[in-house]
Amino acid sequence: MIGRTEIKPMLAVEGLKAWYGAAQILYDVRFDVRRGEVVALMGRNGAGKSTTMKALMGLVGRREGRVTFNGRDISRLRPYEIARLGLGFTPEDRRIFVDLTVEENLDIGRQPPRRFADAAPAPEWSPERLYKLFPNLGEMPRRLGGRMSGGEQQMLTVARTLMGNPLLVLFDEPSEGVAPVIVEQMANTIIELKKEGLSILLSEQNVHFARLVSDRVYMLEKGQIRWSGTMAELDANSDVQRAYLTV
Amino acid sequence: MTLNAFLFQALNGLSTASGLFFVAAGLSLIFGVTRIVNIAHGSLYMLGTYIAYSFATTYAGAPGFWGGIIATALIVGMFGALIEVVLLRRIYRAPELFQLLATFALVLVINDATLWFWGPQDLLGPRAPGLRDAIPILGRRLPSYDLFLIGIAPIVLLALHFTLAKTRLGRLVRAATQDREMVGALGVNQAMLFTAVFALGSLLAGLGGALQVAREPANLATDLIVIGDAFVVVVVGGMGSITGAYLAAIIIAEVKALCIALGVVDIAGISVNFTKFTLVAEFLVMAVVLIARPYGLLGKPQGAVRSVAEPEDPIRPAKWPLKILAGLTLAVLLALPLLARDEPYLLVLGIDVLIAVIFATSLHFIAGPGGLHSFGHAAYFGLGAYGAALLVKWLAAPMGLALIAAPIVALFGALLFGWFAVRLSGVYLAMLTLAFAQIVWALVFQWEALTGGSNGVVGVWPPPPFDGATVYFLLTLILAVAAVLLLRRLLFAPFGYAMRAGRDSPLRAEAIGIDVKRVHWLAFAIAGCVCGVAGGLFAFAKGSISPETIGVSRSIDGLVMVLLGGIQTLTGPVVGAVAFTTLQDTVMRQTEYWRALLGGIILLLVLAFPMGIAGAFRMFARRASS
Repeated sequence: MIGRTEIKPMLAVEGLKAWYGAAQILYDVRFDVRRGEVVALMGRNGAGKSTTMKALMGLVGRREGRVTFNGRDISRLRPYEIARLGLGFTPEDRRIFVDLTVEENLDIGRQPPRRFADAAPAPEWSPERLYKLFPNLGEMPRRLGGRMSGGEQQMLTVARTLMGNPLLVLFDEPSEGVAPVIVEQMANTIIELKKEGLSILLSEQNVHFARLVSDRVYMLEKGQIRWSGTMAELDANSDVQRAYLTV
Repeated sequence: MTLNAFLFQALNGLSTASGLFFVAAGLSLIFGVTRIVNIAHGSLYMLGTYIAYSFATTYAGAPGFWGGIIATALIVGMFGALIEVVLLRRIYRAPELFQLLATFALVLVINDATLWFWGPQDLLGPRAPGLRDAIPILGRRLPSYDLFLIGIAPIVLLALHFTLAKTRLGRLVRAATQDREMVGALGVNQAMLFTAVFALGSLLAGLGGALQVAREPANLATDLIVIGDAFVVVVVGGMGSITGAYLAAIIIAEVKALCIALGVVDIAGISVNFTKFTLVAEFLVMAVVLIARPYGLLGKPQGAVRSVAEPEDPIRPAKWPLKILAGLTLAVLLALPLLARDEPYLLVLGIDVLIAVIFATSLHFIAGPGGLHSFGHAAYFGLGAYGAALLVKWLAAPMGLALIAAPIVALFGALLFGWFAVRLSGVYLAMLTLAFAQIVWALVFQWEALTGGSNGVVGVWPPPPFDGATVYFLLTLILAVAAVLLLRRLLFAPFGYAMRAGRDSPLRAEAIGIDVKRVHWLAFAIAGCVCGVAGGLFAFAKGSISPETIGVSRSIDGLVMVLLGGIQTLTGPVVGAVAFTTLQDTVMRQTEYWRALLGGIILLLVLAFPMGIAGAFRMFARRASS
């Protein structure tokens, strides 16, 4: 089992480059995420973490390189096609539909159930199940997205992505700008999703948060991967932390 | 006038409002989701009337009429979907200006196609089976079909509300109106959604047009009249708000009905004919609403549109090859009177071209580096032309004085209109500038005592020695060169940098101490002033000026020139003006279907050469040198 997933990672990225207009942001980013793994993409502000995630989702105007997801090349697909293959995305700025209620936001994310490449069924989500995972949301199904607190919106973003029954979720800075209690809840959620068998790619600049949930770490600087290792290796290596994270 | 007659006009207004509401609701839906202002929406309405006419006259009785109306709505809806798939899908990432022009090109093509298929005469359909009688109301007889129209609008409003609130399509539409990119990232096929919305919006326009078949004749001028009204309705009601569109349709229709009902009224001894204010009235309402509530009665500020077009390259000062080329061109132009001795028409064409160069360059100044997409640049052309012509007509002013007055009149107009316009941006700015231009046009058209109305002002000939084509050509040449060099100089002065900074990033420009609105206001005024020179020269070149030469089509021509040449280069408007004017003068005069031809050129331009002629040359030059 382990041997097979070692050969075919859930998400494999090779030579990913991306541009905003004439400005190149990513130079040759390469990494992989295996099935059931939580991987943290770390680096300072402006290192290219968010751009990497957007490029994976097809949301960057110009991108090059090879991205394989669940055995399929997705580097030339459009965002909706990528999402329909089971790649979920929770953006950093949440992008909740403010004129829609919680229920309606969830409905926008709804997709049919799907299976992994080996035909094992992926975890399936319904609003009821998500309300159990996020009890706050269950208390306000009719609340408009624009009338929720930052933390509630963060939960709704995650729940909305899960409605698509993804195989792998891209979490862009889930601990950014929310109260400590929400940060803790996000960590618990990620651990919960991992138990369900999902793979997770997390972008993060906070070592404490990454430590709570991640198996492995890639360190990004100026649009390139500079270091990679297990979470334990990063913990033991204060040089790397100082070089790529400390401001 | 009695109260009853007044109320009767109000009822009449309500039945007009329903047709307006259908078009406006469709326009609003489409804009909300796709961010495209479909200028061809009035054309879809017009097609609706023509197709319904054909159904009603081909198949007699109720099935032909009522079945025809439903079939028409479906056909127009499918036609809309076709337009979306074939054309609009390719330009969602293009700059806003291109999208507006592309849909305007559709107006031209559809109009000529209609002319070709149905012919130029007005076609009045049969009266509605089952609703042929009239009902006595308020001492008069109101056709029961009008009552039916009054009733059907709220029904459609409720149906649309239900669709938006309770169906998945409606939820998707509302979500995509806010953030279509995120909707895509959640697995929704945007292309399908856009096509569906476009089809629905077109169906509404087709329905609105089809329902008119028993009320008004199908007419080739309907497209622009309806789209003008629909714009006003959508902007007044708020882009994207269906209820706002209904409210605004009623307000506009009632204001017009009020003007008609008032008729001629004596105010303080002066008799004022209010029926002549119908054209001005709706644009005044719109201007007032935009100034007081910039996003309309029930609208919200547009969310920042994500994933827009690629940022523009900065403009650069001319290099040696271009300067040499410009010098050579100037030398040829100076020698043109000698070269054209056997071809006197060449000089007349030359004057037209040079006037177009001034017009296009001044428009480019605000539309390109300024980022203010004015759809009403003809206003300042008109103010200049009429300013000069009226001075000659009423005060017998000499040409020199009239030509000095032209830019001054235009400057004051631009200062006034610009003050309001620069407070808006994007589509709203385009619509407000269009509204101002329509106000100028309507004033000129309807203030007969001063302007001569539709006859215009005649006998504005230049005195000797300017009455010969050669001398007048040289005068025009001097003024055109001066205008182009002045505007160019301004762009590379600190003022020009501030203007471009304000376009590219208003917030950052403000943060470094630039008063962006003020800079843009001044730029707008300068552009208007220079444009006034073109207007003045035009009046003397033609010897006359009439309302039709300062209408919407001149504003659009200007935009086509700018885009044809290339909006991202400074030589673009000059090249575009030359190419467009020559083309108009030669090819378009040869054919009855010049609209379709012009529309085809615009579409080709937008789809194949979005960088314009000068932009394409620059690209080739760069490739060759690298």
